Amino acid sequence: MNAYTYYPGCSLESTACEYDASVRAVFQALEVELHELEEWNCCGASSAHSVNPLLALALPARNLALAQPIGYDLVMPCAACFNRHKSADHALRHDPERRKELEEIVGFTYQGNVAVRPLLEVLTVGVGFERIGERVTRPLEGLKAVGYYGCLLVRPPDVTQFENPENPSLMNQLLETLGAKAVEWSYATECCGGGLSLTKSSVAARLVNRLAERAREAGAEAIVTSCPLCQINLEMRQSGKQKMPVFYFTELMGLAFGLPEAEAWWSKHLIEPRPLLAEIKSLRRAMVGRG
Amino acid sequence: MSRIGVFVCHCGHNIAGTVDVKAVVEQLQRNGDVVFAIDYKYMCSDPGQQLIRESIEKYQLDGVVVAACSPAMHETTFRRTVSAAGLNGFRCESANIREQVSWVHQQDKEAATQKAIEITASIVEKVKGNEILEPLVLPLTHRTLVIGGGIAGMQAALDIAEAGYPVILVERHDHLGGRMAELSGSYLNFRAAPDLLEKKIQQVLSHPNIQTLRNAEVIGLSGYVGNFRVQVKQNPEAEETPVMPLDELQPLTFTFDVGAIVVATGWQPYDRARLPEYGGVEIPDVVDGLTFEKMLREGGVLRRPSDGKIACEVVFVQCAGSRDPEHGVSYCSKVCCMYVAKQAMMYKERVPDGQAYVFYIDIRSAGKNYDEYVQRAMTDYGVLYLRGKVSRVFREGDQTIVWGSDTLTGRAVEIAADLVVLATPMLPSRGSAELGQLLHISTDGYGFFNEAHPKLRPVETLTAGIYLAGVAQGPKDIPETVSQASGAAAKVLQLFSKDEMTASPLVASVIEELCAACGACVKVCPYGARQIHPIWNYATVNAALCQGCGACVVACPNKASQVRNWRVEQVMGMVDRLL
Repeated sequence: MNAYTYYPGCSLESTACEYDASVRAVFQALEVELHELEEWNCCGASSAHSVNPLLALALPARNLALAQPIGYDLVMPCAACFNRHKSADHALRHDPERRKELEEIVGFTYQGNVAVRPLLEVLTVGVGFERIGERVTRPLEGLKAVGYYGCLLVRPPDVTQFENPENPSLMNQLLETLGAKAVEWSYATECCGGGLSLTKSSVAARLVNRLAERAREAGAEAIVTSCPLCQINLEMRQSGKQKMPVFYFTELMGLAFGLPEAEAWWSKHLIEPRPLLAEIKSLRRAMVGRG
Repeated sequence: MSRIGVFVCHCGHNIAGTVDVKAVVEQLQRNGDVVFAIDYKYMCSDPGQQLIRESIEKYQLDGVVVAACSPAMHETTFRRTVSAAGLNGFRCESANIREQVSWVHQQDKEAATQKAIEITASIVEKVKGNEILEPLVLPLTHRTLVIGGGIAGMQAALDIAEAGYPVILVERHDHLGGRMAELSGSYLNFRAAPDLLEKKIQQVLSHPNIQTLRNAEVIGLSGYVGNFRVQVKQNPEAEETPVMPLDELQPLTFTFDVGAIVVATGWQPYDRARLPEYGGVEIPDVVDGLTFEKMLREGGVLRRPSDGKIACEVVFVQCAGSRDPEHGVSYCSKVCCMYVAKQAMMYKERVPDGQAYVFYIDIRSAGKNYDEYVQRAMTDYGVLYLRGKVSRVFREGDQTIVWGSDTLTGRAVEIAADLVVLATPMLPSRGSAELGQLLHISTDGYGFFNEAHPKLRPVETLTAGIYLAGVAQGPKDIPETVSQASGAAAKVLQLFSKDEMTASPLVASVIEELCAACGACVKVCPYGARQIHPIWNYATVNAALCQGCGACVVACPNKASQVRNWRVEQVMGMVDRLL
């Protein structure tokens, strides 16, 4: 499949617009079609499922209904959006009573022809490491990073169907493909506390600092994530003198592909990543070359 | 005209409180086939039975109807009573006016009385047509097949052999002893399990009445209680037949006739790969209980499998996968609380300066001296018990980190461990479900064999002549396993206490002239009791297998199938009387 329906979600229109920009740029560079779903609505995370389980399924079900006639698989960059849509798809697929209810509310007939897929999986498995590797022009040699998935991408395994949910490997394989050093650590699926970032920031700060500390102990200089909430929480709630930048994996892809628009993405980061990036040889050469 | 006597029971107030028993007697007396009817307070009491016996003689009765409780309750009692008076037992029937009338119609006495009259009258119709029958006599092979050579199978085999009957003991592996042979010690006294077991194994191997087949599996079964025919396949043992190269050796197949079967196939450990959050099989310093037993058996100081360093901090995780439907096992494996306490104490004896932690949901140490044993682990050995579940086990450098919660202090706990021991669930042995199908005994959703009744028939299966022993039926420890094995042996000996077997004659028969050999009855028979005779080409009944359920009667389009004393004309007579 060389075409996908794209569901950016609300975060990618605001706090994570650099994620959105990097996604679109990377797809273009890989020559894979990405069609934004027209008239998409918010998936409801995480307010809807705390107050009304039916609403929490109906909101994403509407998007599934919109994507169904197009027929392409539905790509979700945000872990929370993915989780909500995958949950709705799971209910529609396995729970005939819920399905009837949702079909009535949304006004469609579920066909199950559209797979809900996380962006990370679409790029690494769907498009494939081989095509990504071929496109790398500036390998990120010298960059030592840990892959970080967070909670919602992998859990609950029955619903998400994520590869090896307790010990996933796609992010590390991707980092190696991009020429970076994927640092092994044991916290790739630990919670960052993103859901409590605003309501109970002390808890979030404790969780975030532990993650940053353990990443540093493992020998990493950066954290690579695929979730907009994780990214902003990990950067916003880090304390201490030495702060560790947090990248979206698509940003690193854009860098390794040598995409010029990458420069525009860093200003959105709360922790300045450019000093770290300046240490990467291939990038320095590029900067010198351009300068 | 028949000469039938009707005996209406009050059952104290149970029946008489709702049904007008006098009215029942009065109505039945008007029936032309009834020569005598009477009511009495307790028909099953000695005076009640006496009344029946005397009346048979006095009125020359040729049939008896006892209107009382369900036939499941006292049919046998009353049949015995009439036999004692010289009347064939099968000329006596129970009319159920208690469970089906008085107990369920207490609000409407008039209707209850009417229903009691009708039911009793319909049974009178049935008795009129009852044949005089004798119990079937079947041969009985006094030899037992025991499947599984663990402690359960060996105990059952020894008990039966000691009573003087031959036993064939079939074991899949090349050695006897089963899982118990893998243990380092048993709880309560730490005695080494292999030493305890060795004596039993020698007893079994040297017993003149026990024939042991190792490397062998049951591959076929036919027949029925008292007359099973089993096929056993034995793979050749290399050292016993050194003449031929191993790959040219063919498995041997044996056929035995046995009268009873004891299933003692034991258990296997849960696959740790199903517990990725506890490190799965990837972390070398995470082991399961059975592997830890092996480490203890090797003797000496306990060391980390990964690098051989002394294991100074050991975390035991109870209920690792059990009592957890998410991991596919909702049951409690029953033995873990006790063996974890034993393992923690044995660890402390090997590494006195080490620290042992036990995460538990709750301690299930029910049994004589069991709780005291666990208390000893806490007080005398300083094992730290933490009430809570472990959320994650992962690698950090050369240590294994355990995250858990201590729900008594409400705190999250992190332990950097050298060794983590998972008390994983006991699962039924590989192939249990297939063996169940072969033997026609049912298994539960996990593959444990079902007992005939969870409380009152715990060692029998619903297939007569097949008994259960040990963990094959459900998780249990060694003393319980041994008790159940002796229980199963007692059931076998009970069966063998007779030279021949008797069985109920109330089975199906075929009216050969009516049979078209269509095979409908063969298909519906749940007991495999029917076949089409290969030469005469009509359906035949194996009376030993038939349970008289009547499925064949319903299926037969020609009414060639009949169940004795439930013949079509009898049933039609009953229906006519009711309508």
